[in-house]
Amino acid sequence: MNFNFDNERPIYVQLVEQLEIAIFSEKFVPGQQLPSVREFSSMLKVNPNTMQKALSELESKELIYTERTNGKFVTTDKKKIQRRKEKYANKVAITYLNSMKELNFTEKDAIEYLNRRKEEK
Amino acid sequence: MELLTINNLYKNYGKKEVLKGIDLAIPKGKIIGLLGKNGAGKTTLIKLINDLLTATKGEILFRGEKIGIQSKQRIAYLPERTYLDKTMKVKQALRFFEEFYDNFEYKKASKLLKDLDLDENLRISKMSKGMQEKLQLILVMSRKADLYILDEPLGGVDPATREYILDTILNNFNEEATIIISTHLIHDIEKILDEVIFLEQGKIALNASCDELREKENSSIDEIFRRMFKC
Repeated sequence: MNFNFDNERPIYVQLVEQLEIAIFSEKFVPGQQLPSVREFSSMLKVNPNTMQKALSELESKELIYTERTNGKFVTTDKKKIQRRKEKYANKVAITYLNSMKELNFTEKDAIEYLNRRKEEK
Repeated sequence: MELLTINNLYKNYGKKEVLKGIDLAIPKGKIIGLLGKNGAGKTTLIKLINDLLTATKGEILFRGEKIGIQSKQRIAYLPERTYLDKTMKVKQALRFFEEFYDNFEYKKASKLLKDLDLDENLRISKMSKGMQEKLQLILVMSRKADLYILDEPLGGVDPATREYILDTILNNFNEEATIIISTHLIHDIEKILDEVIFLEQGKIALNASCDELREKENSSIDEIFRRMFKC
């Protein structure tokens, strides 16, 4: 597993995003145990305190949970994951539409452009 | 209680004022960057914390007590310039550390050296600069200390060695200890820092959490530093 960070944004925010994506894309499947904070932080080469903060954030979003002695796990609530995933996908879509708007594309044209592009491939 | 408290610290060399009223409270469990241009006073501050220089005014408390023989056992210090006798073999350096520091973990150091494929019978003078830096870092990080102070651990080494040094720092960090890293190579190190202290002309110009700074300024710590000091 390899995450890339840019230094312009808080590292913990980027960690939360990338871990969310890992859950949405089922790199971490529902119910799977996550590495410990220590393992995670040396794997991703970030400060353990930052890692801890990111995991707390995911926990408050209820995407992961802590079993007191056994560590942290991905939620088994697939509906919750799906809802969060849609919310995230929505954000990605809006970012696309806004970028296209800057190029004077209407929303309709922007969507059409996606289809056209697929055909060209 | 704070791990390290510095109150109104001054240091003059003759008429030259190098530190001009430093106040700091360093908690445990953090990786802290001590950043500043050459001549800002980083090394002087570090030497004072290690009781290698005498302050002109002010005090330094380690776990609430004045620094001295006690604190020296609990603070692991990696100086900017090598302190090892280069005619020694690696094995002798390990024994030297074991003899000198009660809290030196010989097995841990030996394992880390083995991971590097370093022959313990090699003389330090025969090793590359990068390898010498790694050896010194391993010796320091293998002490079970409360505070680790690393003065320019990334200076003059290639990117692969830099990577190794950062990994070693990170892998040996624990919540009970604090690591202070002085450097001017901010870009390479900012990802692993909790907090930064900017030192400028003997004074603290900024002392803040890295992620909070990034959030507030929308830029990297490196950029903030460059902007503040126009370098």
